[in-house]
Amino acid sequence: MIEIKHVNKWYSPSFQVLKDCTTSVTKGEVVVVCGPSGSGKSTLIKCVNALEPFQGGEIILDGVKVNDPKTDLPKLRSRVGMVFQHFELFPHLRIVDNLCLAQEKVLGRKHDEAQAKGMKLLERVGLKEHARKFPAELSGGQQQRVAIARALAMDPIAMLFDEPTSALDPEMISEVLDVMVDLAREGMTMMVVTHEMGFANKVADRVIFMDRGEIVEDAKKTDFFGGTPRSDRAQKFLSKILQH
Amino acid sequence: MLGSFDFDVIRRALPYLFLEGMRFTLTLTALAAFGGLVFGTLIALMRLSGYKWLGRIAGVYVDFMRSLPLVLVIFWFYFLVPYIGQWLTGASRPITVGAFASSLITFIMFEAAYFSEIMRAGIQSISKGQPAAASALGLTYAQSMRYIVLPQAFRNMLPVLLTQTIVLFQDTSLVYVLSIPDFLGAASKVAQRDGRLVEMYLFAAVVYFTISCVASFFVRRLQARIAIVR
Amino acid sequence: MNYNWNWHIFLEPNPMGTGTYLDMLLAGLVLTIKTALLAWVLALIFGSVIGVLRTLPSRTAYWIGFCWVEFFRNMPLLVQLFLWFFVLPELLPRGAGLWLKQLPNAPYWTAAIGIGFFMSARVAVQLQAGIGSLPRGQKNAATALGLTTVQSYRYILLPMAFRIILPPLTSEFLNTIKNTAVAITIGLIELTGQARSMQEFSFQVFEAFTAATVLYLLVNFIVVTGMRFLERYVAIPGYISGK
Repeated sequence: MIEIKHVNKWYSPSFQVLKDCTTSVTKGEVVVVCGPSGSGKSTLIKCVNALEPFQGGEIILDGVKVNDPKTDLPKLRSRVGMVFQHFELFPHLRIVDNLCLAQEKVLGRKHDEAQAKGMKLLERVGLKEHARKFPAELSGGQQQRVAIARALAMDPIAMLFDEPTSALDPEMISEVLDVMVDLAREGMTMMVVTHEMGFANKVADRVIFMDRGEIVEDAKKTDFFGGTPRSDRAQKFLSKILQH
Repeated sequence: MLGSFDFDVIRRALPYLFLEGMRFTLTLTALAAFGGLVFGTLIALMRLSGYKWLGRIAGVYVDFMRSLPLVLVIFWFYFLVPYIGQWLTGASRPITVGAFASSLITFIMFEAAYFSEIMRAGIQSISKGQPAAASALGLTYAQSMRYIVLPQAFRNMLPVLLTQTIVLFQDTSLVYVLSIPDFLGAASKVAQRDGRLVEMYLFAAVVYFTISCVASFFVRRLQARIAIVR
Repeated sequence: MNYNWNWHIFLEPNPMGTGTYLDMLLAGLVLTIKTALLAWVLALIFGSVIGVLRTLPSRTAYWIGFCWVEFFRNMPLLVQLFLWFFVLPELLPRGAGLWLKQLPNAPYWTAAIGIGFFMSARVAVQLQAGIGSLPRGQKNAATALGLTTVQSYRYILLPMAFRIILPPLTSEFLNTIKNTAVAITIGLIELTGQARSMQEFSFQVFEAFTAATVLYLLVNFIVVTGMRFLERYVAIPGYISGK
């Protein structure tokens, strides 16, 4: 489904953020990407739907080459859902309109159809009664659930999560993770940048550990948590995170 | 068309344009900026003084000036200043006021309103701890303003004050409505005398443009420097 | 002060035979408003395009926007009006120049276009700042949903940016109204111009300027009140601007 091959990215000639990253996500697989801040994990996930350009290697998404100038990027992006650290709901649109906008403007759905779809998804994330509110009237956890629903409304073939819980107050993290766990159990293909190791342990198939722009570990969950991770760096990182 | 463009008209008029016209414009700009800053700071201090009526009077003055077109204000002062002079000096008839003095008074009073808003923002941007620290050291209100708050406000706002001065430099061209030979007025006089509007107005445009561009370039550099220091 | 006040002057007939002196001033007010509105529409259209250009990743777009803004910002408005009014017709081919010079209401059109372009540079700078103040993630989120650049601006960035810059836009609109008085120099007899002619005909200088002043204050008040309503109307529940 997602194939990342030898991806290199430089911010400037002297600063390389991604170094020869290679991995893949197959259909229905849930892959968690973790690593210290500045390790390039967010950059990598943003390369998948070409929000960030990269200079070397290639990424192939459902058979389409992302870094091909001939690729219709808006169309490609509309097929991959993305959830951001800071939710990025559109503040001037009501919740339901946040879900409808791209359905209508990108997929060309009729307003009624888009709205029906939106309401169904809001019900699913437990926020149906907030449909007519504006984003700023919702809590952070609620906003992030709306953001997930907004991405799902496009009927994505895969979902990308960029630290979906790191901007949330602790008491709101679980309501978002619950939605994500359900999604994973239904067979959604997911690539998740997160520090939530509990989530990884519960639903991930594989765990990728990144450091300084490199993929250091790429292992089955059971190997990553059960056995000893092979690298010192991953071990150090894990022990720091799991202390809490 | 450009084929008949007469550069010689410009060359011959250069001494008049710059020694008379530009000197008037630059002197007016500099003095009006200085006077406007002094009065503007006083108005800003009045607004922030905490005395209700003092603040209200200053506020009304600023809002009033900012609601009126500069051209109208120029006319107002042009006709009003002789009467005010008469009233002040106790003369029996409205006194005659020169073109320069009249424009200078106009621009000082007008710009004071705009400079006061900048200084007010500058004073408000200084953290409350600064005057508090000054009082704790035993400084009076006036001393803490004079030595602590105003210098910092002035330095923080310097780029904005200079940008406003560039606007003022351009605005002085409006004394044209009183037929005063500032730079544009001088250019216009030559243009009409020699029937060379295209040359003179294009030349005036280029001169204003160059001076403003160079000045704003330096303001931007200054701004970057201040941003680094902070 | 030995000045002969005569507040009844407004009801006396003006020498143009167009009614009273008050009618004269009101005609000037109407022309001020008409000129300002047309200029403002131009300023908004061109200012929006240029403002957006200055936020695009393309270097060419940025340079076009940069040159436009610097060009219209670094010359006095009065000089710009002279360029439009006296210089442009001479630089055009003979026929077009002649047509321009003989255009009826030439001062009106020149003033509206000249002031409109002058103000467009200011609108562009405000809009650029407004777009720049939005979180970067907003553009990313719109892009990630598959919206094109045009759609992102149309549906996401511009609606938010314009809301944010509504207060500075109000002052720019007020500036547009005030700037119409500069057009007195190219023969537009708007409010200040009418006050000036009233002063020349009647010698009641202070009455004439007082009336013009009151009318400007009134227009100011109406615009500020109207914009306050607009701000409240487009305000987003729960959203604190400046956040």
